[in-house]
Amino acid sequence: MDFSHTEERQMLLTMLERYRQERYSFKVRQAAAYGAVGFDRERWVELGGLGLVASLFTAASGVSGGDGFDIMALFEWLGRALAVEPFLASLMVGRALAAAGGHPRLVSIVTGRVVAAFAHQERVGDTADSIQAVALRDGKHWVLNGVKAVVAHAEAADSFLVSARSPAGLTLFLVPADVPGLLVHGYLNIEGGRSGDVHLNRVRLDDDAVVGGEGSAAPLIDSAIEGGLLALSAEAVGIMDAMKEATLEHLRTRVQFGQPIGRFQALQHRMATMLLEIEQARSSVINAAAAFNREEDAERSLALSAAKYTIGRTGTLVAEEAIQLHGGVGMTWELPLSHYAKRLIMIGHQLGDEDHHLERFVRGTLAATSGAALPLK
Amino acid sequence: MDLSFSPAEQQFQDQVRQFLRDKLPPRLAIKVRDGLRLTRADMELWHRILREQGWLATHWPKESGGTGWSVVQRFIFDNESALAFAPRIVPYGLKMLGPVLIKYGSDAQRSHWLPRMLDGSDWWAQGFSEPAAGSDLAALGTRAVRDGDSYVVNGQKAWTSLGQHANMIFCLVRTDTTAKRQEGISFLLVDMHAPGVEVRPIKLLDGEPEVNEVFLTDVRVPAENLVGAENDGWLYAKYLLTFERANLAGVGFSVAALERLKSLAARRNWNGRRLIDDAFFAARLARVEIDLRNMRTTNLRMLDAAARAGAPGPESSILKIKGSEIRQEIASLTRRAAGIDAQAYFPELLQGETTAAAVNSLEVLAASSIYFNNRKLSIFGGSNEVQKNIISKALLGL
Repeated sequence: MDFSHTEERQMLLTMLERYRQERYSFKVRQAAAYGAVGFDRERWVELGGLGLVASLFTAASGVSGGDGFDIMALFEWLGRALAVEPFLASLMVGRALAAAGGHPRLVSIVTGRVVAAFAHQERVGDTADSIQAVALRDGKHWVLNGVKAVVAHAEAADSFLVSARSPAGLTLFLVPADVPGLLVHGYLNIEGGRSGDVHLNRVRLDDDAVVGGEGSAAPLIDSAIEGGLLALSAEAVGIMDAMKEATLEHLRTRVQFGQPIGRFQALQHRMATMLLEIEQARSSVINAAAAFNREEDAERSLALSAAKYTIGRTGTLVAEEAIQLHGGVGMTWELPLSHYAKRLIMIGHQLGDEDHHLERFVRGTLAATSGAALPLK
Repeated sequence: MDLSFSPAEQQFQDQVRQFLRDKLPPRLAIKVRDGLRLTRADMELWHRILREQGWLATHWPKESGGTGWSVVQRFIFDNESALAFAPRIVPYGLKMLGPVLIKYGSDAQRSHWLPRMLDGSDWWAQGFSEPAAGSDLAALGTRAVRDGDSYVVNGQKAWTSLGQHANMIFCLVRTDTTAKRQEGISFLLVDMHAPGVEVRPIKLLDGEPEVNEVFLTDVRVPAENLVGAENDGWLYAKYLLTFERANLAGVGFSVAALERLKSLAARRNWNGRRLIDDAFFAARLARVEIDLRNMRTTNLRMLDAAARAGAPGPESSILKIKGSEIRQEIASLTRRAAGIDAQAYFPELLQGETTAAAVNSLEVLAASSIYFNNRKLSIFGGSNEVQKNIISKALLGL
C-alpha cells in the first residue's frame, strides 16, 4: 500500500504550486473568469506548454486515456487554484477521440493549442434516448440540426464534439466553430467562466467529421464522461481543501466575545465534521481513480458514481458551512471563499448531481446482489 | 385544541385576499415570484398602495396611525401577502424603529418621525452591526460624544441593508466607555445626508449590491435625536430585535416558494422523466413540506403564546432557526431543479432591465442566485448560532 503520489507527480504539483503563486493569483482568475473570454488565453497556452493537458493522456498521441491518479492530481490543483481554463473540456473531448482509436486533431487538443468543447447534453437530457439533435445524409454530406445546452467555453471553442442521432444510432462529429449554420448564444456562469447554447441549423459536414464511425458514439461518450466525473470530483476536493484552510484561518483570527471564535466548542465540532467529511470525500476520489485504472466496467462505474455522490453531498455541506462560519463576510464577492463555494456547488450540477449518482449506485450494487442466503463460515 | 382561525379572523383573511387580488400589480407579483430584483420605485409603489389601504404599519397601534392588528391578523396578512407574491414591506422604519419610538420615544419624536414613515418621506436603515461587532453586537465601537446640543459620532456600521436608498439610519453608539459593555450604548437617529456620512456598497456573492458599509466621521447629530435615555440603547435594541425575529419564520414565503417548486418539478424533464417522478427528489420535497407544515403550527402556537404574554419571548429563536433552514432548503431544491441551467447567470435579466428572451427558461433564471443569496438568512438578524445560544440560556437554563 502506498497513498503517496509518484515522484514525478509530486514534482509536477510543486511546480504547479509555484506557478499558482507567481502566475495565477486570485486576481488573475477573477479578471479571466468575468472577462469576455471566460478564461485566460495566455495562461492556457502556458499551462498547455507545460504538458499539463498531455499529462491527462497516456501518450501524447493518446490511445486509451490517462492514469486516474494523473487526472486526480491535476484537477485537485485546478480546484485549489479555482482555475477556469478549459481542462475539463479538453479531457473529455480528448478521451472521446482517443477511445475512437485516435484522431488527427487529438495532438493539437492534448497540447492545449486549440479549445475543443464537449457539445453533448441537451436541455432535456444526456442519454442516447434523450438526444434530439439529428444527423442525416444528404448526398456526400451530413446535415446536422439541434441545440446543445450549457456547453462550457462555447464562445471560445475552435471546434465542438457534437453528438447526434443518425440512422445507424448516436454518432459523434467534430465540428469546426466557423462552419455555416452553427450559432452560439453565450452567457456567464454564476461561478465565473462562460458557457453557451450551441444551435446547429442545417450544418453541412463532410464524412471526415465523423468520429469513430457512424452509430458508435455511446462508448466514446461514456469514456469522456467517466474522465469528466473523476476530474470534477478531484476538482471538488481541491476546492474543499482551500475552503477548509480559509475557514480555519477565520476561526483562528476572528474575535467575538473576547476570544477567537475557534475557541467555541460548538464551532470546533462543526469544523471537525467538515474535516472528516472532506477526508471521506478524498477517499472516494482515490477509490474512483484506482478503479479508473484497473477495474472492470461495472466497478469503475460504481466507484465514479460513489465519488460524484460523495462530493455532491459533502460539497454542499462544505460550501454552506464555510459561508456560515465566516458570517456576513462569507457572503461577499470580495472574499475568494464565496467564489470557491459557487464553483463547488456548481460541480454538483455537472454530469449528474448526487441524487443521480446515488440512483446509479443503487442500480449498480443491486444488480450485483444475489438473493441467496449468505453461507455460514 | 382548535387549529382554525376564528370566524372574524377568517373574514379578515378573505378581506386580505380580496385586497391582494384587486390591488397587487401583476408586474410586481411576477418579479417577486421569479426572484427578479425590485427597484426602489417598485418598493415605493407597493408602499403607496398599502398606505392608501391603511395597511402599512402592521405593528403599530391604531392611535399611532397603525392597523392595531392582533398577532394573528399580522400572521394572516404576512402569509397571504407572501402567497400572492407581494413585495415585502421594507421593515427598518415601519417594523423596527416604529415600535421602538412608540414605546420609548418622546412625543416630539413620535409626532415627527411616525407620519414620515407612513408617507414615505424617510427611508430608514439599520445601523447595528459593525465589522468587529457581528454576533457579539455589544462589542460595537462607534462612539458618540456629547458636545453642546449635539452628539459627535465616529465609527463604522456594516451590513446595512438597502442603505443605498436610505436618508436616515438608526444607530447603536457607545456613549460610555467605562460602563459594562451593554450599559454604555445609546440609540441615535442619524441623518445620512449629514456631513461625514459615507455609504459604500458591499457586493454579495450573487453580484447583488444590497448591503452597505456606512462610515461616520465627525457626524453631528442633534441631541433631540437620542431615543429614550442615554446609555439605555441596549434595552431598546433588544425590544426591536424581537420584532425583527418575530416574522423570520416566513411561513408564507416558504409555502409560496414550495408550491412554485412543486409545479416546476412537475414540468422539468430530464432523460425522459419528470423531476417530480424522481423518487430521490420527491423524498426531498416531501421532507421539507412536512417540516414546513410542522413549523406553521409551531408558529401559530407561539403567536398564541405571545398574544397571551403580550410580547414575543425567546421562543421566537426557534422560528428564526427553522424558518431560515426551511427557506434555504426550498431554495436549494429549486436550484437542484434547475439542473444544468443552474450555471447560467444573467445579471441584467435579474435586474429586470431587459425583456430580451433568455436562452434558458425564465422560471429557473434566478434559482442559483436566490440559493446563494439566501445563505444570509441563517446569518443575519442574529445568526442561527446566536439563536441557539439564546435557546440554551433562556429556554433550557444552561
